[in-house]
Amino acid sequence: MSSANRNTTPVNRRRFLQDAARVAGACAVGGMALTKLATDARALPAQALRPPGALPEEHFLAACIRCGLCVRDCPYDTLKLAELGLDGAATGTPFFTARDVPCEMCEDIPCVVACPTGALDHDLTNIDDSRMGLAVLIDEEKCLNALGLRCDVCYRVCPVIDKAITLELSHNQRSGAHAIFMPVVHSDHCTGCGKCEKSCVLPGEAAIKVLPIRVATADAADHYRLGWEEDTPLVDELIDLPDRLPGPGTDNLVAPGGYLPEGMPDPSMEGGFAPSYGLPGIGGAGQ
Amino acid sequence: MSQTTSLPVGREAVLEKGWWKAYQFLILRRISQVFFLGIFLLGPWAGIWWVKGNLASSLTFDILPLTDPFVLLQGMLAQHWPEMTAIIGALIVGVAYALIGGRVYCSWVCPINPVTDTAHWLHDKLGFAKGWQPKRNTRYWVLGMVLAVSALTGSIAWELVNPISMLHRGLIFGMGFAWTFVLAVFVFDLVVSRRGWCGHLCPVGAFYGLLGKGSILRVSATKRAECDDCMDCFAVCPEMHVITPALRGADADTPIILSSDCTNCGRCIDVCAPDVFTFTTRFDETPAPARAERRNTKRQPEASRAA
Repeated sequence: MSSANRNTTPVNRRRFLQDAARVAGACAVGGMALTKLATDARALPAQALRPPGALPEEHFLAACIRCGLCVRDCPYDTLKLAELGLDGAATGTPFFTARDVPCEMCEDIPCVVACPTGALDHDLTNIDDSRMGLAVLIDEEKCLNALGLRCDVCYRVCPVIDKAITLELSHNQRSGAHAIFMPVVHSDHCTGCGKCEKSCVLPGEAAIKVLPIRVATADAADHYRLGWEEDTPLVDELIDLPDRLPGPGTDNLVAPGGYLPEGMPDPSMEGGFAPSYGLPGIGGAGQ
Repeated sequence: MSQTTSLPVGREAVLEKGWWKAYQFLILRRISQVFFLGIFLLGPWAGIWWVKGNLASSLTFDILPLTDPFVLLQGMLAQHWPEMTAIIGALIVGVAYALIGGRVYCSWVCPINPVTDTAHWLHDKLGFAKGWQPKRNTRYWVLGMVLAVSALTGSIAWELVNPISMLHRGLIFGMGFAWTFVLAVFVFDLVVSRRGWCGHLCPVGAFYGLLGKGSILRVSATKRAECDDCMDCFAVCPEMHVITPALRGADADTPIILSSDCTNCGRCIDVCAPDVFTFTTRFDETPAPARAERRNTKRQPEASRAA
């Protein structure tokens, strides 16, 4: 290219432009392939959980440089770097599988401290505030407690016992004489450490699983107002509805009784109300 | 053709300077490559945690942070402002390579270099044609493409495919199928394009080349007057276009190889029997008379053909 720059005869200029177009085209194709890879890399499998404090997935891939320092400082060998073709997470990024090795929720959170870029948010200083995922009792047909037995293992191993998982009593319809101790997960306390999933006594897959927050939670129905949760009344004060007087009309709010008093707006004007049909008794076209 | 050109590459140097002098920088370079991989492997393989992490970012003796500035730059373009640890680490690495030559990373540290060197060795042994030779500035286009994709997708784009991290991280943390990227580079260099990956395409090399544009440590053809046109330096140089301006320059031209493509591998110093080349600084003002005019004119066509 430098030779083309030195010599600016038309042939060389054409050659230069051709070369530039060719390499630009090749880079565009390569760039599109790379963009496809970058987009695909965001598809984190539901079973792959990020370390405590991990930024949301799309931001995480801008921040994580895949150095593995969090993996090295994890004292329980919970974290692994994803291997190409074997693990679903983006190659080289840290993750853990709750069913294999859950997070032990170290108080000093060494993985977060080790992260040089802040892909694991350094503002996370209390491990109880971490949200690696959310436990969900995903198979109530197999959960022993849901069947009316007393397994309770997920409840007992939970590091935030009685807050993140509680046992809710209900009547056992099948036996008619016993209680069901249903494990219920509460999202305001569950850190997603995965100890419940790890400890579930079922062979193979667990009945309770930690899912990524984005999978495990729904958006709140903000278009409904939950009156029992609001301290302010839904309406500020009593609405003074117009008094309806006896008279020929029934829908005529502007002219109660069917006549227009002095000073009232004409119903046909803006702000007035006129029924779309004629009213009987006032000489209209109705009936 | 003189007697020396008929000898195999580097043979004359061995005969004149002895085996060690004819191979010292190659051997030192291999030792360096093994060292930089080895200190990372000491932890996982031997439980000696002097260095943790990998080439993207590491922590040495629990105090010294080192971060790849190219990876960090992509992250910043993807709109993540990193913690101070990574910034300090990238500054240390950046300043070091800016002083000793950016592409020292390529020839003395990068674990892909032995792979492509092996591909080149086999390529020579098998007598393949040099194949597709992309334009010299292709790597800068690739570099620009990588930075653009990083900014557009909001992710560190090159790390999705970077064969360097695939190999280095793979050896340290677990390979998976990452070896396919390494094999791809090997095959590409062997049958598609001689010296193609490191010499024409790799955006990491392009980045470090730009980083070391003003580096202090340089190779200089100080004794270029003694060049006997054996062409061995051109045969071993992975970026042979960098030699010509220095070696074939006139009296007024500097004998110092100033191209940022030079990887400071020192192989030209090894194979040169008359010891034309030497490591020096870019400020070295030692007078270096050009070679005698008649040899210049006589050898020019042959030289350019070989280059």
